Amino acid sequence: MANESILSVKDLRVRFRTLDGVVDAVKGINLNVRAGETVAVVGESGSGKSQTMMAAMNLLASNGEATGAVEYRGKNLLTLSKQELNKVRGRKITMIFQEPMTSLDPLYTIGNQLMEPIMRHRGLGAAQARAEALRLLELVKIPDPERRLKSYPHEMSGGQRQRVMIAMALANDPDILIADEPTTALDVTIQAQILALLAELQRKLGMAIVFITHDLGIVRRFADRVYVMRSGEVVEEGQADELFANPQHPYTKMLLAAEPTGRKAPPPGNAPILLEGRNVEVEFKIGGGFLAGPPMLLKAVDRISVTLKRGQTIGIVGESGSGKSTLGRALLRLLPSEGSIRFGSHDLSKADRSDMRPLRRELQLVFQDPFGSLSPRMTVGQIITEGLLVHEPSLSGKERDARAVEALREVGLDPAMRNRYPHEFSGGQRQRIAIARAMILKPKVVVLDEPTSALDRSVQKQIVELLRNLQADHDLSYLFISHDLAVVRAMSDYIIVMKQGKIVEEGPTEEIFGDPREPYTKTLMAAAIDETKFRQSV
Amino acid sequence: MFLYVFRRLLTAIPTMFVIVTLAFFLIRVAPGGPFNQERGLSPEIKANLEAQFGLNDPLWLQYVNYLKNLLHGNFGPSYNLPDFTVTELFAKGLPISIQLGASALALALIVGTVLGIVAALNQNKLGDYSVIALATAGSTIPTFVVAPVIQLLFGLTWMLLPIGGWGDGALINKIGPIITLSLPQIAIVARLMRGSMIESLRSNHIRTARALGLSDWSVVVKHALRGAVLPIVSYAGPAAAALLTGSIIVETIFAIPGIGRYFVDAALNRDYTLVMGTVVLIALFTIAFNLIVDVLYAFFDPRVRYD
Amino acid sequence: MTDTVVAAPVVGRSLWGDAWARLKANKAAMFSLYYLVFMAVVCVVGPYFVPHQYTTIYADYVRTPPSLSAYPKTEMIETALSDVVKRMRVDLKEWKQEGEQVFMTLASTKPIDERNVRYIDRSDTFDGGKVESKSADGLSMVVSASIKQQYFFFGTDNVGRDQLSRTLMAGRISLAIGLLAGVVAVVIGVVYGATAGFMGGKTDEVMMRIVDVLYSLPFIFFVIMLVVFFGRNFVLMFLAVGAVLWLDMARIVRGQALSIRRQEYVQAAEALGVRSRGIVQRHVIPNLLGPVVIYMTLLVPQVIILESFLSFLGLGVQEPMTSWGVLISVGAKNIGTANWLLLFPAFFLVSTLFALNFIGDGLRDALDPKDR
Repeated sequence: MANESILSVKDLRVRFRTLDGVVDAVKGINLNVRAGETVAVVGESGSGKSQTMMAAMNLLASNGEATGAVEYRGKNLLTLSKQELNKVRGRKITMIFQEPMTSLDPLYTIGNQLMEPIMRHRGLGAAQARAEALRLLELVKIPDPERRLKSYPHEMSGGQRQRVMIAMALANDPDILIADEPTTALDVTIQAQILALLAELQRKLGMAIVFITHDLGIVRRFADRVYVMRSGEVVEEGQADELFANPQHPYTKMLLAAEPTGRKAPPPGNAPILLEGRNVEVEFKIGGGFLAGPPMLLKAVDRISVTLKRGQTIGIVGESGSGKSTLGRALLRLLPSEGSIRFGSHDLSKADRSDMRPLRRELQLVFQDPFGSLSPRMTVGQIITEGLLVHEPSLSGKERDARAVEALREVGLDPAMRNRYPHEFSGGQRQRIAIARAMILKPKVVVLDEPTSALDRSVQKQIVELLRNLQADHDLSYLFISHDLAVVRAMSDYIIVMKQGKIVEEGPTEEIFGDPREPYTKTLMAAAIDETKFRQSV
Repeated sequence: MFLYVFRRLLTAIPTMFVIVTLAFFLIRVAPGGPFNQERGLSPEIKANLEAQFGLNDPLWLQYVNYLKNLLHGNFGPSYNLPDFTVTELFAKGLPISIQLGASALALALIVGTVLGIVAALNQNKLGDYSVIALATAGSTIPTFVVAPVIQLLFGLTWMLLPIGGWGDGALINKIGPIITLSLPQIAIVARLMRGSMIESLRSNHIRTARALGLSDWSVVVKHALRGAVLPIVSYAGPAAAALLTGSIIVETIFAIPGIGRYFVDAALNRDYTLVMGTVVLIALFTIAFNLIVDVLYAFFDPRVRYD
Repeated sequence: MTDTVVAAPVVGRSLWGDAWARLKANKAAMFSLYYLVFMAVVCVVGPYFVPHQYTTIYADYVRTPPSLSAYPKTEMIETALSDVVKRMRVDLKEWKQEGEQVFMTLASTKPIDERNVRYIDRSDTFDGGKVESKSADGLSMVVSASIKQQYFFFGTDNVGRDQLSRTLMAGRISLAIGLLAGVVAVVIGVVYGATAGFMGGKTDEVMMRIVDVLYSLPFIFFVIMLVVFFGRNFVLMFLAVGAVLWLDMARIVRGQALSIRRQEYVQAAEALGVRSRGIVQRHVIPNLLGPVVIYMTLLVPQVIILESFLSFLGLGVQEPMTSWGVLISVGAKNIGTANWLLLFPAFFLVSTLFALNFIGDGLRDALDPKDR
């Protein structure tokens, strides 16, 4: 029974008609899923891993088209009539998605949405379906399920919504659960909980799980077998432990080596203090207005002190909403804040915009989103030299151009590309452009706000290396803000853990990772620990 | 919810006040008066009339008096139709305008929504293109072209409909005006509906519903449509206010005795009270329908809560 | 820098370039663009080539239906003749047509004054009246005249003016007004909206509150007040109409400005220490242009419709000057007897509006390519 293949994808091709012509997303792949096993389909963005499963479920966007065959117990899902398909879809094969915040219908209660597939596929009455829904909510460990049946999705957190999605997917005891990046949008600690839940449910219910993921940590922990995909093709497949131990294809090898490695040594003890914040506080007003009562005050950053020395990298770690990005901006005086901030001999806490202007060249910022942070209508050359217009206005156009060439070389881009526009570059290249824009001013302190989070692992690694080289060459100090512990560990020599605007724990990197004291830090580390172990084993 | 409605009504008061004040003084600073258009009135009669209506009082006093009357629900007498008060004119014309406007709105909402859904479900196919073509035509061809063409075709050439007139509200007299009024609205509603339905059909929760193997009916009607009608609800508010207060073009061309024509005639004749009455009426309708829409919105969307 | 030899920079394709390429690929939009240019040229240049002035009244040709062949038609000659003869106060005994010439035998109880022949020349139908022969007593004479060939491709209106030249003249006015008021509305809207969007905070709140109040006043109220104030001077009036239509533009621009301000590339510029002026110049204006251009193309047809609407009510352009709205209004009143008075200007107006619409849609798809 265990070896029976229940889902087989044969020579599947997926193409999309777009404004710029036909794009081949999946180029004739074969894969099998056996009853009860866990299969991982691994790849970076654009590898076609999601589209493969969307095609299998007949969920492609309207401009997409699939050919080949996807056979479930002998029936080709691609050619079934809608009625026949819907007897399989949602009943025998179900799917959960990456976006828990938007994957539930905002206009109906959780109970209503849970009961609908039960009633449809099992023909139960409303009362029985409700009892089933309740049982399912208990199964996925949602507290107070009775009350939650009446809740709307917007009243629940992302993790809870993903649990509801899982409950809906498992409602009809499926053979196969396809999980499309089910934890990517969630915070690390929640990720761990959801993955544990999936593993437990699989033990209990015995369905096969297809994990679509970019995260090798998940693959290693859960998968029996792995398919590695790259630009629409399967480049390697095999048993998980064999593949990890002895990868054959160079792309697989590259992926496995893509986790950032290395450690940063702390700066010498006598390194001068560059940037120092004492009891920094940032408050946001929420709501309020005419007849709406006084606004709510939210302390995004609550009395935090940071000391950054020359050549140091402080990693600021926390989950979304912890206030880590706000702290970074407040330290650069891009947001009004309370408390004192000193940069060298300057007191920044009283500086206004014009006082700050000359200091800006020494205090730079790199953003998370390499698509949003570059002005779409300027050429790359114009973008990276914009700071020079402010800080070295005497430069001629030719001199600025020369500096742009130099800066692009430094970040590893071809200077001949400087007259191109941002949309003509990939995510990693764009992030290099954003770094070049900061570096051209020869700053002393750079705040890096999740600079690698929007990038694929293999690109992340290159950016981390680039940042480290730049730091060594120019004796830079970094404030490295990230939720990604692997990257933070490779970049920083000192770590601050934040939660709800406060510092939970801080200390040298090895201490925090090796011997976390606070329970919150421990959960955070536990979520990342498997990955770390795995990385050491490679 | 009650509190919210109460609060909204409360904020409507200053808005109304500003509108009334602005309109009052604007029309007064305009040159001319109700009795010195080329009417051939002798100076004595003119003076008498002006005295009778208090037009010789200082402007601020007239303003205060007008506000006082307004608070008692009294719009005053019409200067140009001296046998009627403004309220009487409204009582006669408003039901007619409302009948036509409400029918046109209902027609537009039903037909427009259906067309929009059809287009969205057949995106980039023949059905979609036909709806887009129809919507483009409906929103591009102005009313004052549509109305005479309808008269020409249905009234004169094929003799199916009367060319105009109200005919004591006979159905056959209403068909032309209602079609003319509703065509552009159908076009707008269909476009809005198509856009929001396509967006709704693309949303992640529809993908979930499909992945769960729900029926097409449930996917389209229960999950996609309910979210997609929200923009239509928002649009319907101001549209209702505009339609129910009459259309000058349609009422002129089809010779319908509604209130749509009062406004322009009154403004040109400086019939101050009638102008003011119309402004107040339109503003009241606008405020009321916007409020109704917001309340309706909360019924459609559980994320919207007023408290 | 060690090596100064750098490969010549590759020229990138800007978003504007992309948009232009997409627009060129859009057949409906390009056809509309050509059509609009054609329409503009025809309306501006056309009247010089039409043999009739848009103000000239042809008393013999009141409400003449459109025709591709020349007037007068045979049956019209006799009516015109009897008209002329009546004015000459003589009787027409007989007449015959030979090619382009008519010969008429006139009789009267009194001797006929030869100078009366000038009445023939005054007619719109005949030309070159000439006495051929005269009886001895002067009581009868044979007069010849050539028939004036006239073309009325679009027919004539109620008072006998050429509908073609009037439609073209009307097009000039309607298009000019659309452009003029459109530009006024865009300028006011952009300046107001951008100011509100940039100042933000209290200023923004107050400025937008004012817009809200103006919105809640009936739109037609404004327009009529403006007509009342500015009288019937159309330039002033349409400046004023433009000044009313800026509300939407202001809202759009403010919304865009607010959203651009929140973009990370603006934050990045602030982090570089770029002054407000530089941010506006290099980041905000280029990114605002797209929506402004799109809205402008949608605004021009709105203005044209508004102008027609006002003219329809008799508040807009005044006789003898004309616009499509004026012509349609006349046409609507005469649909029973002369439907060409409605159909030609309506076709011109509607086809122009369609073209503008398709261009607007095309621009929107080109500048903001979310697939439809």
